[in-house]
Amino acid sequence: MVQSVTWKIGGEAGFGIMSSGTMLARAFSRAGYHIFATNEYPSLIRGGHNLVTVRIATEKFEAMNRDVHILVALNKETIDLHKTEVSEGGLVIFDPKDGEWKENDFPKKIILLAVPLKDLVQQLHGEPVMRNTVALGATVALIGADFEMLASVIRDQFRKKGDEVVNQNMRIAKAGYDYIKKTFGNETSMYLGKVQKKEDQLVINASEAVGIGAVRAGLKFAAIYPMTPINALITYLADHAKQFGIVYKQPEDEIAGINMAIGASVAGVRSMVATSGGGFALMVEGLSLAGMIEVPLVIDLGMRVGPATGMPTWTEQGELLFAIYAGHGEFPRIVLAPADAAEAYSLTTHAFNLADQYQVPVFLLTDKYINESQWCVPVSQLNGAVVIDRGKLALGNLPALDGESSFPRYRNNTDVGVSPRSVPGVAGGRYFANSYEHDEAGHVTEDATKRAAMVAKRLKKLHAIQHIAQQPAVFGDPDAQLTFVSWGSSRGPILEAMKLLGKKGGKARLIHYSWLYPFPSEETLKLLSPATRLIDVEQNATGQLATLIRQHTGILIKEKLLKYDGRPWYPEEIVEKVI
Amino acid sequence: MVPGRNCGKSDMSSITADSFKTGFLPTWCPGCGDFGIWMALKQALAQLGIGPDDAAIVYGIGCHGNMYDWMNTYAVEGLHGRALPVAQGVKLANHKLPVIVVSGDGDCLGEGGNHFIHAAKRNPDITVIIHDNQVYGLTTGQASPTAQQGFKTKSTPEGVTDEPVNPLTLAITAGATFVARGFAADSPGLTQLFVDAISHKGFAVVDTLQPCVTFDRVHTYAWYRERLYQLKQEGYRADNRLGALEKALEWGDRIPLGIFYQETRLTSEDREPALTGEPLVSASAGTVQADELLKEFI
Repeated sequence: MVQSVTWKIGGEAGFGIMSSGTMLARAFSRAGYHIFATNEYPSLIRGGHNLVTVRIATEKFEAMNRDVHILVALNKETIDLHKTEVSEGGLVIFDPKDGEWKENDFPKKIILLAVPLKDLVQQLHGEPVMRNTVALGATVALIGADFEMLASVIRDQFRKKGDEVVNQNMRIAKAGYDYIKKTFGNETSMYLGKVQKKEDQLVINASEAVGIGAVRAGLKFAAIYPMTPINALITYLADHAKQFGIVYKQPEDEIAGINMAIGASVAGVRSMVATSGGGFALMVEGLSLAGMIEVPLVIDLGMRVGPATGMPTWTEQGELLFAIYAGHGEFPRIVLAPADAAEAYSLTTHAFNLADQYQVPVFLLTDKYINESQWCVPVSQLNGAVVIDRGKLALGNLPALDGESSFPRYRNNTDVGVSPRSVPGVAGGRYFANSYEHDEAGHVTEDATKRAAMVAKRLKKLHAIQHIAQQPAVFGDPDAQLTFVSWGSSRGPILEAMKLLGKKGGKARLIHYSWLYPFPSEETLKLLSPATRLIDVEQNATGQLATLIRQHTGILIKEKLLKYDGRPWYPEEIVEKVI
Repeated sequence: MVPGRNCGKSDMSSITADSFKTGFLPTWCPGCGDFGIWMALKQALAQLGIGPDDAAIVYGIGCHGNMYDWMNTYAVEGLHGRALPVAQGVKLANHKLPVIVVSGDGDCLGEGGNHFIHAAKRNPDITVIIHDNQVYGLTTGQASPTAQQGFKTKSTPEGVTDEPVNPLTLAITAGATFVARGFAADSPGLTQLFVDAISHKGFAVVDTLQPCVTFDRVHTYAWYRERLYQLKQEGYRADNRLGALEKALEWGDRIPLGIFYQETRLTSEDREPALTGEPLVSASAGTVQADELLKEFI
């Protein structure tokens, strides 16, 4: 009996690898297990090596582990590329038609399970692509779970395609399940411990979590040009546009996208854009416009490997400083970075309120790893009440204006620099949203005093935001000498690494940033100053958070764990580098 | 609720060209064609009963764009070339609000050319007025995308070598559903074109010829007057796309004015399932039940 199983399936792109991972994850999530699924694939539609890894455990965990317990090879390449990852006692499912392997072809002692994937599919008159379904049935048997767990997911997955498709997939999955039971009996050691289901759990990626957060926060308009890794957000919004009464518009480019979103926001609705680094590079001019005309806007920047086209389907945290400094001229903004899907949801709902309350652009700094991994989130984390605060938005009842006057949209008499705003069509609210420097009504001005006052007004918001900003979170032993520092998606692997260190008697703590800008300097000084060993862990080559910390506090973090090969951290790697 | 086109419209009799005064006076060069366009736009809005609080005008960057400072309506003065995307965002958020884009030849056809093509293809219910004078006036006289071959400017001392962009053929082929050309000095004709364009449900383009009195000594008011003629006086019908293209290509000794092409087609907003009723801005936020949202992920 084991408490955690890591399952990896590999094959050619177009062979249903991705959906197999989601189905397996969902089957066990429904039964109350904690799951996590990651994918790896090249930037191709067909061909190339595709991989999905699913970890299933009886207890909650924070990241993928490095050891693979069950490897399912849908082609020869999967074994060639991943045989070193299979742990001691691991199981390898392969089709003898793909090649012949012996157990001593593997570096560790493993068990080879020859399953005639192709023949089983053929006998049941299925398509060759359905080998993955045989493998799913086989996997469920190996883990010692009921076939019904998988059956319910198959029914839901194929329901729209009709009973015939459902039944065909069911028969093929059952064939894989039965083959294992009959041929290998109980000789495997991969039976997973039982769990008591507490509540329904979602299997969801961070792009979908952003979509749900946005819709619950009252999103009405999104203009998003397709780009990996935020495409799942487009699918979600476009699929549900009618149901939710929102408009998703595919713009001609990211420049149009951000300008459309700005237009919709000026007109009074909550709006957002999403993109990756290259698309955001095109949006930078528009970002500066949003800053100047003080329009609320939410930007989901899904980071991937750069520069330029880089490695489009791999992960990186390379755009922290880009998001903070992007734009010509100086203006306030807020930068938030979720660590997983649950936080992507909660920060999204905050982001829309912050954008309205401070009339600034708000970034959600996500990445490929969280946007395309499947996370297991208890329903209760996403179904609580969402407070909607539109800030100083005036949708009516404004006093009439005399002939030549207009609404003082940029009135500069508040402590926080935020002025009431009206929206086009509201009587008595007409004003100029002006990209030129402007006076309180929006009229252009080049007067020295007025210009300086307007700059100060806009930047006052930064101080106000600093007061309400979420402070960095502290995990682990608060008195530990060893202190990790991280932001965004690095959190999970570090938390898992701390568990591993704990088992070896090591004490560690993590200072983690979800709110990165305005930067919480004072709290950072307080938290980091006493540490004797500080380690910055990031998925980039230059240590951008460490740079930010140095800039705002003077604290120099000398020890950095930086990974920039496009792959997420494994907890084991972190432990090896620390000890 | 935010009033839109069909509600809260100002009393028509009370709106005049003077309703749009701001207390700021134009900074355009004396004799600039922009004056005529500005006057015609004010007259057209007054005729349509669209008052300062009832519409949004989105301006580009260029001499034309400075109009917002002496034109009292809701306005966005955005970025060079980006007026059309902003306008489409405004329109989708409040599809009952009249939305007008005031742009220039450099703004709309140079920096914003891609946006122009895609706006035309979507057919949003937006009117775009292109101030077409062949030069960049605000940067002191370089060639614009519509500059005719041979035209000498600060950036083309030997004369323009490239083919000019033809705003009309571009609009017609890209899918605009109202395509017209006006002349800045023809006040009644231009006012009527603007009235027709704003009344048209769909993407309406009015390419407006305007002499630049400072940086263009060739295409003067007199130069245009010698060549311009009204399409409608020749019995032209604006319902044929190929015929419209043929007319739109006419340039030289004779230059046609008027409506080249007009058709009725579903607008960008008509095709949005969320826009069948009240504008998005009037809909209450966050009405979707959490459980309804989450069940597909369990």
